[in-house]
Amino acid sequence: MRLKSLILGAACLAALSTPAFVQTLTAITGGRVLTGTSVIENGTVVIQNGRVVSVGTGAAPTGARIIDARGKVVSPGFVAVDSGLGASEISSVGGSDDLSNGANSISASFDVSYGLDPWSFTLPVARLGGTTRAIVMPSHAGGGGGNHRDDGDADFAGVGEGGLQSPGLFAGQAAIIHLAAGTDILVRARVAMVAPFGEAGAGIAGGARGAQFTQFKETLAEVRLYARNRAAYDRAGLRDLSLSRADLEALIPVANGTMPLIVTVRRAADIQQVLRLAREEGVKIILDGAEEGWLVADQIAAANVPVLLNPISNLPGNLETRASRMENAAALDAAGVVIAIKGNEGSIHRARETRYNAGNAVSHGLPYDAAIEAITVNPARIFGMAGQFGELRAGAAADVVIWSGDPLEPLSNAETIFIGGAEQAPTSRQFLLRDRYRDGGEGAMPPAYSR
Amino acid sequence: MRFHALRGSSLATLACVLAGSLVLSACATMGGEDETPAAADSSGAEARQPLARGLDAAANPDPFPSTYRGLPRENMAIVGGTVFTGAGQKIENGVVIVTDGKVAAVGDASTPVPAGYRVVDARGRFVTPGIIDVHSHLGVYPSPGVSGMSDGNEATSPNTAQVWAEHSLWPQDPGFNAARAGGVTTLQILPGSANLFGGRGVTVRNIPSVTMQGMKMPGAPYGLKMACGENPSRVYGGRNSSPATGMGNVAGYRAAFIAAREYKAKWDKWREDGEGSPPTRNLQLETLAGVLDGSILIQNHCYRADEMAVMIDIANEFGYEITAFHHAIEAYKIAPLLAREGICADMWTGWWGFKMEALDAVEANAALVDAPQGSCAVIHSDDAELTQRLNQEAAAALAAGRRIGMNISEERAISWITLNPARSLGIADQTGSLEAGKRADVVIWSANPFSVYARADQVFIDGGLAFDRMNPAYQPLSDFELGQPGFGLPAANVLQGAR
Repeated sequence: MRLKSLILGAACLAALSTPAFVQTLTAITGGRVLTGTSVIENGTVVIQNGRVVSVGTGAAPTGARIIDARGKVVSPGFVAVDSGLGASEISSVGGSDDLSNGANSISASFDVSYGLDPWSFTLPVARLGGTTRAIVMPSHAGGGGGNHRDDGDADFAGVGEGGLQSPGLFAGQAAIIHLAAGTDILVRARVAMVAPFGEAGAGIAGGARGAQFTQFKETLAEVRLYARNRAAYDRAGLRDLSLSRADLEALIPVANGTMPLIVTVRRAADIQQVLRLAREEGVKIILDGAEEGWLVADQIAAANVPVLLNPISNLPGNLETRASRMENAAALDAAGVVIAIKGNEGSIHRARETRYNAGNAVSHGLPYDAAIEAITVNPARIFGMAGQFGELRAGAAADVVIWSGDPLEPLSNAETIFIGGAEQAPTSRQFLLRDRYRDGGEGAMPPAYSR
Repeated sequence: MRFHALRGSSLATLACVLAGSLVLSACATMGGEDETPAAADSSGAEARQPLARGLDAAANPDPFPSTYRGLPRENMAIVGGTVFTGAGQKIENGVVIVTDGKVAAVGDASTPVPAGYRVVDARGRFVTPGIIDVHSHLGVYPSPGVSGMSDGNEATSPNTAQVWAEHSLWPQDPGFNAARAGGVTTLQILPGSANLFGGRGVTVRNIPSVTMQGMKMPGAPYGLKMACGENPSRVYGGRNSSPATGMGNVAGYRAAFIAAREYKAKWDKWREDGEGSPPTRNLQLETLAGVLDGSILIQNHCYRADEMAVMIDIANEFGYEITAFHHAIEAYKIAPLLAREGICADMWTGWWGFKMEALDAVEANAALVDAPQGSCAVIHSDDAELTQRLNQEAAAALAAGRRIGMNISEERAISWITLNPARSLGIADQTGSLEAGKRADVVIWSANPFSVYARADQVFIDGGLAFDRMNPAYQPLSDFELGQPGFGLPAANVLQGAR
């Protein structure tokens, strides 16, 4: 027994960046299985060595550990997109937030993956909401913007220290994580570049939208110039460029269309301009936000551009979201756009609400199957991980959640959670607090004596 | 002696003052619905000269009277639905009789329907009281939240008890319509939490109105927004002024109530003996004095258990009551204390971690607070989006309680967003449950409101149809929404309802 666990432990260490997995052959039987793309009643999900072995209606393999899921729902773990999980502990405590960076020499090259904390107390909380993976996206230090702010953005933009753009246009590069307990949560670094457009982007560029588009095109021209003349650059034989060498390097895959650019944009007019920019520059983009997307759904679909959205954004919080509607998700899906549904407030502490957001999209016209896709397979597809997670199918990572009922319902609980085949303890710091005060906290001994 | 002191006052004022500790609310009731309170008149030859208009608060205790008159209504019977009364009952195949905008009867299928009543078929659907949100900034932090529209925080001094949220309230905020589509019929609009004393809140009926007065709930007591913790000390400490710490906060509360006690004593004495010059009216102290005489309810933003306990001691020191702690993230740590003190805890389920004082949130907070005898657990929003889905926030809290084996029924949990918030606002005698005599604030849901898929199909306020998901004629749009991008276009091939 002890020897076995030692061997297991060694295997786990060897697995490095994948979650520690349990080799035990496990079959989850009798449940309603949402594979991510289909529904199987009375299904059997078999996992082993961290991966899904099979999904179907057959009997459990002999020798397997059986988990009886009759009356329950089995789903892939959900994928939080536009998330800050693992990179921000307490939002108002600056030192614990590694999502944004103000230095103008580290803009596009800012890589959130180095700031990830596998011991973050946000991860177990999100996990208990069925979230097993996340796309961690940096946010722009100056991205709150808008061209009519009182704090003087216009003074903020232009040429800064070292002759470099200040601030840079880019928030940095996103990473994919898993949420399993362990010592390394990084799945893949540098999966996409992030840049705000619309009011926020305009604010960064000096105040006006048009300025940002000009600056963006000029930036890509410099990146291409640099890429063609690296040797000359290194011996200082190239004209001065407005980005640091690190930023120029980071933008090469964006300029050549191999790394997607996540564009935060809300207004329909801005979406049109961004689609045009992508076309003209050959840049592969992902829209983030797109509150007014439904007004130009056909154009987004025609450009084959996916959208990360929050379906409960229905109020005109500012003048670029005046057309926001609860039906945005349904309309984009109906037009053929691949959508991923986000959690709330940066999907860190409230990443667990992703499933409720999907449910609200359903009550506002999105087909149920599409809502499940939007929190499972679609995020994986959008970020180049199709078939690797976000789906219950042979070969995919064994991220499996067994629910007491429909996972989109607040009354349902995630009862059993596997990430990469490793069963996760159903606890969190919040559960420990809850249990400490379960009986009112007025016993003879202070609550501090209970664990 | 008392009569002498009242010489020169109007009859309306006389009635109010005789009502004792409920001075202002009693007057507000009379002035709001039935008559305009008269200014001081000269009713006797020997009367002392009344103070000039506006200098005596008692002469006109309701200077911004409600003009709320309700929507057109008809007598009706809502039949066949599953009724959660809000007061703890669940009635299958229930009947709710509405007469003249009031609940006349609630019962099972045998409840007689009077002749001539319109019958509303709620078979397969659910019927609840209107949702009440005790913590809203709609209208004062409206959509769009752009420059020129941020009117919720008079963050110019730690004590701005003199400001009233109703004077910032923009009735054209589209958020009111969205909230109504989520079943919200009554809201308390509060000032922000930058200050120790943020100002008075106002309770409104959620009907479209050109004026604030047209929404203002007749007879609802005012609330005074207070704030504990990080916000005041951050805002003022950041300006190198007091309060910069939690202890500075407490010194600020106490200093204010010392001044309020003195102010109240001066007025009481002047009213009593009529000698000397009258005190100078001071709006800030007037509001605090209203707290001391019980007419204005304390609505206290306070996250941490230890801070709530200190606030309770301050209330005891000066002799007033705390009605509710808002954002009571750590209420579960002192649930028995709150129940003993009769203080409501107004909570979120899912919000946490955005600052240190929000660190110890648990999803089961409402369930744990609800458990002791005499408790008052409330789910609130503080947010224009969350207010649209308070039923789901309550569902998540219910699930968290059930997860630890608490046997909480849905008919109990619905009180967290209906009857208990009414208690938290001092209006439980008027609304918050489907009980005979109360205002007919009713929501008919497409499904169990604890389901994420439930939509508010019809929303009645005082028996008048305020929202109907099936009928565009009952889906009001604010002036702001007219002619905006997307106006008039269906976003998808589904029943739109509201935004």
